Amino acid sequence: MKNKYSIFSLIKNAFSYHENWEKAWKDPEPKKEYDAIIVGGGGHGLATAYYLAKKHNMKNIAVVEKGWIGGGNTGRNTTIIRSNYLWDASAGLYDHALKIWEGLSQELNYNVMFSQRGVMNLAHNLQDVRDLKRRTHANRLNGIDAVYLNTEEVKKFCPIINTSQDIRYPVLGGTLQRRAGTARHDAVAWGYARGADEMGVDIIQNCEVKGIKRNGDTVEGIETTKGFIKTKKIGVVAAGHSSVIANMAGLKLPLESKPLQALVSEPVKPIIDTVVMSNAVHAYVSQSDKGELVIGAGTDDYVSYSQKGSHDIVEGTLNAILELYPIFSRMRMLRQWGGIVDICPDASPIISKTSIKGLYFNCGWGTGGFKATPGSGDLFAHTIANDEPHKLNAAFNINRFVSGDLVDEHGAAAVAH
Amino acid sequence: MFLINCPFCGEREQSEFKAGGEAHIVRPKQPTELSDDEWAEYLFMRKNIKGVQFERWNHVHGCRKWFNMVRDTSNDQIKAVYKMGEKPPVK
Repeated sequence: MKNKYSIFSLIKNAFSYHENWEKAWKDPEPKKEYDAIIVGGGGHGLATAYYLAKKHNMKNIAVVEKGWIGGGNTGRNTTIIRSNYLWDASAGLYDHALKIWEGLSQELNYNVMFSQRGVMNLAHNLQDVRDLKRRTHANRLNGIDAVYLNTEEVKKFCPIINTSQDIRYPVLGGTLQRRAGTARHDAVAWGYARGADEMGVDIIQNCEVKGIKRNGDTVEGIETTKGFIKTKKIGVVAAGHSSVIANMAGLKLPLESKPLQALVSEPVKPIIDTVVMSNAVHAYVSQSDKGELVIGAGTDDYVSYSQKGSHDIVEGTLNAILELYPIFSRMRMLRQWGGIVDICPDASPIISKTSIKGLYFNCGWGTGGFKATPGSGDLFAHTIANDEPHKLNAAFNINRFVSGDLVDEHGAAAVAH
Repeated sequence: MFLINCPFCGEREQSEFKAGGEAHIVRPKQPTELSDDEWAEYLFMRKNIKGVQFERWNHVHGCRKWFNMVRDTSNDQIKAVYKMGEKPPVK
């Protein structure tokens, strides 16, 4: 049993100069066999392991990660959480996640710094206005809080936005989801890892999957850099590298992996207390608790695993930021980085069984997976444990690309993918 | 960001080009006879290779012509560029 984090444990550890905190998770060597193995130790993979152990009583399981946990896209995203998606299937999926976020710090006894500061999406042309109003109505029919704001209301909610009608893409209105916000991305991975570890899950880092062993149409185990590990169930949550793992099993996925970039500025005093996203000019910005502006750019249009994006993408985003927020014109950018995102043709994820028995995929989250982390883990754990999808992820099966029943969030979502 | 040697215009910045995805996917000759699985394979399923991949590109802010490229997607190094209809110069 792990020591509970509390004000008392903080005071107690202060007396020993914080040198005696117990490790949040062990660093075990892999066993010969597990009931299930999760490939990928990011937020989604660790959440999957956590819910497999907690809700489905599967304790003899492992998470294998080629680097260190949370070192991939979990630590590279812009931490935005919202559920204002247009289609019913997406609304169900993302709001399920948002409801878990609301109690997650308490459940994990780990402060994920979930902050419901609201997410505002801007409209810059008449079609944006129509789309955003339509989405607001669709959200409310699905029980998701959403309001439409006119230009004055946008200005009132976030006074630093330039609402002059003389700029190239003037602000004509926006939507606001007040329950939306941000969270500390690393803490989500660490909190789930600590929770899963406590229930007996082995979290194995620096262990890269090199092959998937099959006997006919059934999986038998994985070849890794730490040797062969036997298992009957493999849940792959490898984000940008999903296709690489799929190729090992002889599967093809409807994915393309592309670089997505983000950047942060030097830290400044609090200036923006919400998240503002703009689809038409592709710029979004929030401020971290450290004071840095967190800015998300777009994807490059070519396949790449290099974790480097193009400068013109960053330049385009910063042009838009400067027109919308002239106050930031003399700020300097501190860091810029890229992550590799796996994008489905309909910009919706896959949480699904496959044609190979015992092989499950949770992928295709594209540019917006972080917000879904708790819900994705919960539903993927259900799918693995029962060999059947939960009703909330039934629409996100891999067969939708054969049946044509796509969840077409491309262009329908609150931000371009 | 990298430079691309357009087979018609010479070396230009990558931002002048539009990526067109995996190359050498042949359009079905008898579309009416395709099963749903075959349509899915043609329309959606992609190799998405980490390593050397064959791609189509369009010099959209230049000559606007399509051509093929062989590129290592793990480090964005271009191995070869060749015109549509030509055989790939490397395997």
